[in-house]
Amino acid sequence: MELSYLSISELHEKLVKKEVSAKELAEYFIAKIHKHNSTLNAFLTMSEEQALQEAAVVDAKIAEGKEIGILEGIPYAAKDLFCTKGVRTTASSKILENYIPPYDATTVINNKTAGAIMLGKTNLDEFAHGSSTETSAYGPSHNPWDTSRIPGGSSGGSAAAVAAGLAPYALATETGGSIRQPASLCGICGWKPTYGRVSRYGVIAMTSSNDSPGILGLSVKDLAITAEMMAGYDSKDSTTANKEVPEYTKNLRTDLKGLRIGVPKEYFIEGMEPGVEKRIYEAIEELRKLGAEVTEVSLPLTKYGSLVYAIVTPSEISSNLARFDGIRYGHRSPEAKDLLDIYEMSREEGFGDEAKRRIMTGTYALSAGYYDAYYLKAQKVRRLLVNEFANVFNEVDALVCASSPNVAPKIGTAKDNPLFGYIADQLNIPGSMAGLPALSIPCGFGAADDGTQMPVGLQIIGPQWGEQTIFDVGHAYQQSTDWHKKFPKQFSE
Amino acid sequence: MQLSKEDVKKISSLCRIRLSEAEVEKFQKELSTVLDYVSELQQVDTEGVEEISQVTGLSNVYREDEPQQPKISDEIIEIFPESQDRLLKIKSIL
Repeated sequence: MELSYLSISELHEKLVKKEVSAKELAEYFIAKIHKHNSTLNAFLTMSEEQALQEAAVVDAKIAEGKEIGILEGIPYAAKDLFCTKGVRTTASSKILENYIPPYDATTVINNKTAGAIMLGKTNLDEFAHGSSTETSAYGPSHNPWDTSRIPGGSSGGSAAAVAAGLAPYALATETGGSIRQPASLCGICGWKPTYGRVSRYGVIAMTSSNDSPGILGLSVKDLAITAEMMAGYDSKDSTTANKEVPEYTKNLRTDLKGLRIGVPKEYFIEGMEPGVEKRIYEAIEELRKLGAEVTEVSLPLTKYGSLVYAIVTPSEISSNLARFDGIRYGHRSPEAKDLLDIYEMSREEGFGDEAKRRIMTGTYALSAGYYDAYYLKAQKVRRLLVNEFANVFNEVDALVCASSPNVAPKIGTAKDNPLFGYIADQLNIPGSMAGLPALSIPCGFGAADDGTQMPVGLQIIGPQWGEQTIFDVGHAYQQSTDWHKKFPKQFSE
Repeated sequence: MQLSKEDVKKISSLCRIRLSEAEVEKFQKELSTVLDYVSELQQVDTEGVEEISQVTGLSNVYREDEPQQPKISDEIIEIFPESQDRLLKIKSIL
């Protein structure tokens, strides 16, 4: 039975109708992962035994004639940034090579409570520092559409897993593009939540004021279903909002009459690939046909987004990665002779280049004499960005543009380029800095430099807490187009 | 903005990472690239603008001041790199 690329609802149907058992479902994906992981390097650690135990629980429930929830028995993958009790969690770093968390992240508990089955942990840029998955200490992941190309990052392993049909959905995180960009490059759907919508407890921290745990999946409807499970107040994360989670799935619209969509002109940047630009305009036309009122808007501060990010992110990283000191967990240098050695040598040995780069940039920006010029200045410009978005959402209900100005480049492009991520994510970062929700959904293909046709992603940005609006726009688009049903041949047979 | 080798060495000492000589040179170039990239930010007029550090609008989220029982002490001690009698073992500080 071909079970890859079926939606959560379709898989749920099969379980309820007993066409497949939860055990068979888990075994199917586990087998497929074993078959393809050496090509894709999507997974770093498998949790097969746990998965089969959990599947058995679901099967017992079905056998007793009990009703099962929509996610019960549905397999998923988790980016190796989510702490998973008893299952190795590395953040794709050598410094956590043998780290086994003593607890589960709140979002992992949400999945467990919903009965979903974790297959394993996926590859990412080390500590989520990157946009290509090439900074992983365990090798890059490969784009299933063309394995010589990057899957994007930092959630590249999760994106490759979903695009290759190795898991129906995957947990991912975004700070400045890490869900939207890989979704775009791999031709799948990604949801970056409003900051504060989803708990960060147990998610290894990068930029505490921005980190947003979200989902990569096969359709907007699946994103809505998983969003209801992921979102919510958490007493263990004091930046989560005490706001009710709407019934996103039930409320989904299929027409966009009266919905006002803004197209920000500054997002059509110089250097955007022509194929990408064409697909975006075609998608916008499609939204018009669905009844949306489309107008051009202007966000003049857009170009400063990446600059703000390039200061704020490393600054917060330098703080958040100070805990990796070889003392209580993680790598401790065996050569250390005294306490200072433990700190300096463990960190020198355990961190990769990009992590070091970011820690040092942040340390510099926050140090005495430089704090005002860099960090303080950046956080002032950040307020201006927040205000600019708030103003535009007085005029429109959602913004639509490209997720990435280019299709997936070849592996090796990002190497030792300290600005790669900031440029690759320039269309995602401004919205992230303002804590806004966004989707990336497939909208066609564009030619890479050598003519290879690669996926293009449409980005939909909503106002704060505007998850329903962006799900509505995406879902309506997916009723009249089928780009999200196209999958790479190599993995769909 | 060009950083000197001394700047890089000072930073590496502050953030407790023992860089090799080759790394000092490498990062000197790369960090300078990033600092050049962000220098354009000075162009933005931020006169009278208050900084924003987080976008939720929340502040001072408290819980009741009631002690709770530790739940995972054993598991935490299990992953200490070196331990003795449930105590974390490290090099002497004195």
